[in-house]
Amino acid sequence: MLGLDKKDTTLLIIVALLTLGAPFILNPFPADSAMAQFNAGYPDLMQRFVIFGIFAIGFNILFGLTGYLSFGHAAFLGVGSYSAVWIFKLFTYNVLPAVALSVVVAGLFSLLMGFVSLRRSGIYFSILTLAFAQMSFALAYSVLSNPRFNLTNGETGLQVYADDPQLFHSDRLPDLPHLFGLSMRATYRLDLGGWSFDFNAGYYLCAVVLMAVFYLAIRIFRSPFGMMLRAVKSNQQRMNYTGLNTRPYTLAAFVISGMYAGLAGGLMAAMDPLAGAERMQWTASGEVVLMTILGGTGTLIGPVLGAGFIKYFENIFSKINDNVLHGWFGFLPDGLEDAMVFLVHPFIGKGWHLTLGILFMLVVIFLPGGLVEGGQRLGRWIRRRRGGKDGEAQRKTEPAE
Amino acid sequence: MDAFLLQILNGLDKGSAYALIALGLTLIFGTLGVVNFAHGALFMIGAFCAVTLQRLFTLSFETIDPTRTDFLGNPMKVKTPYIESWFGPDIGAAIIDWSVPLAVLFSIPIMLGIGYAMERGLIKHFYKRPHADQILVTFGLAIVLQEVVKYFFGANPIQTPAPAALRGSVDLGQMIGFQANAIIYPIWRLVYFFFAAGVIAAVFAFLQFTTFGMVVRAGMADRETVGLLGINIDRRFTIMFGIAAAVAGLAGVMYGPLNPPNYHMGMDFLVLSFVVVVVGGMGSLPGAVLAGFLLGVLESFASTTWATTTIPGINQIIIYLVAIIILLTRPRGLMGRKGVMED
Repeated sequence: MLGLDKKDTTLLIIVALLTLGAPFILNPFPADSAMAQFNAGYPDLMQRFVIFGIFAIGFNILFGLTGYLSFGHAAFLGVGSYSAVWIFKLFTYNVLPAVALSVVVAGLFSLLMGFVSLRRSGIYFSILTLAFAQMSFALAYSVLSNPRFNLTNGETGLQVYADDPQLFHSDRLPDLPHLFGLSMRATYRLDLGGWSFDFNAGYYLCAVVLMAVFYLAIRIFRSPFGMMLRAVKSNQQRMNYTGLNTRPYTLAAFVISGMYAGLAGGLMAAMDPLAGAERMQWTASGEVVLMTILGGTGTLIGPVLGAGFIKYFENIFSKINDNVLHGWFGFLPDGLEDAMVFLVHPFIGKGWHLTLGILFMLVVIFLPGGLVEGGQRLGRWIRRRRGGKDGEAQRKTEPAE
Repeated sequence: MDAFLLQILNGLDKGSAYALIALGLTLIFGTLGVVNFAHGALFMIGAFCAVTLQRLFTLSFETIDPTRTDFLGNPMKVKTPYIESWFGPDIGAAIIDWSVPLAVLFSIPIMLGIGYAMERGLIKHFYKRPHADQILVTFGLAIVLQEVVKYFFGANPIQTPAPAALRGSVDLGQMIGFQANAIIYPIWRLVYFFFAAGVIAAVFAFLQFTTFGMVVRAGMADRETVGLLGINIDRRFTIMFGIAAAVAGLAGVMYGPLNPPNYHMGMDFLVLSFVVVVVGGMGSLPGAVLAGFLLGVLESFASTTWATTTIPGINQIIIYLVAIIILLTRPRGLMGRKGVMED
């Protein structure tokens, strides 16, 4: 289907089902039950899942295929957000031109940054992109927000004010980002027994975009271009010796992933029309690296899983507090209960970053392939358990390769 | 002329911190070939060594002083630090006052230990893995260290004052023949600069004039051959990692009075220190020191009113701009050698 082989089609269909059915899948518990705090099916969070999924897919096209580790991708996200908000301010609240512009601007910006940074590889490249991103952050935070030339509105963040021109805005249209009149915040709530499911217009726009860019990513992965990028990763020197100039390929990958980031930034602004400099800080770049690694570098589905995983647990862990813990460990004797709560306390609530850091280190150390590799290992282990003889036979045939 | 000199001086303290951190980074990179993203966290831990020592010194017990009353008329509780009760009030107060310089001694064994444990426990397993993995695992470690410190010390900056004797300013200009009040400079910044210069000199002397240093330099040049000569180079490199951690820690200890330590100060310095290392030339120790001071001074010149009115915010981006320009014109950095990290 659509020029994909059977396996990829299945993957695409799985992703499509997951994203379209997310309001159901993420809300497995009735709204007023004690487990409702594990529900993640509200629009704001689902939008973040999908937007960061797009961001991570794009990052993976660069890092997963070429092995160039960029620490500056948040800059593109920020640039995308700023351009989208400028469209909102100057012309219209329609998200289509806004997102289109953010992709274009982020693309141009990444072209510039990639042109300079890709002259070096390895650590130099990481540090150059880091320097660029920090520079963009400083530019957005202070330099470009002086009274004479206020492009970013500094610390406050860029947002839409009542006296902005908004040339093509009319009174019939909602005063929020919309798609030809359909407000991004329009939500249809479906109550089924104890459950309630939210269907949000903004989320579904993001979901459709995610499916489109996921499809694009599959095509890139399977194309000769993707093959070339993988060759760059495995041995760039040899590529150069054969007389091939790899830079156009890496630059193209860099720009594509920059455009993905810009798209994510534009969508982020479309869901909530403001843009702040903190989106460009290098810790934000670090976050997308975490997502990609955690999910599985160089795999198609990995970054999406990683983004969902991190955003979900960020949300859940931050919500848990000591009272909740006491509820969980309530079955234990009192002293033991307090001890357990004391032990777990540093890792929850505000300590979420500690958990994330430890988790990330564990993944890098023991599971370089991320969640996807973990799943594969688990699958192989189960298969071996179930069909002992099959497994033996398989292992015996392996050396023949 | 005096204004010019003042800007140079102003850049020296930040430059010293950059130089010290960059020196440590380069030591680790030059010996073990590892890019240590947790180095900023080591700087931060150093600063919190000073905080810890200060807290230890001011640990106190309460006594009720019947001669005085508080505002409610009850006998007042007076807190006396243990130190004061052990050594007498005068010496005790002096020890508390000098807690930051004393923390230098306190932090060295701690930082050496942390560095040693880090290398043996974690970094060792990453020599054979790609650079990206090293960056990632040390990045994760930096997050963890940062969060642990935040858990124990909170998110707010903690004041670590310099000793009272070194707190004021000194009229440097008058000392060297300018008119009075032209160049007034805080004493602690001078102290920091000379301290940093001392540490840098000590590291270079250690590498240059001791047998241990000679072996390490040989190992940096050709690890394999040194290993074949029957020298356990890994062990020495581990110790160098400890020393690099100690250098970063010392930079942090003494930086407290200039800028109250908070848990993310390391990350702020880390990015700049990487830029410093790249500008100086990866793997070149003199380059790291030179670039550290150079960029510190440059930053101070860019923060003058003249510069910031001409180009607003130039002080925020000057370092990155210079780094980008240098990498494009001299890809190996100011003093980078051929063959180091060429791929």
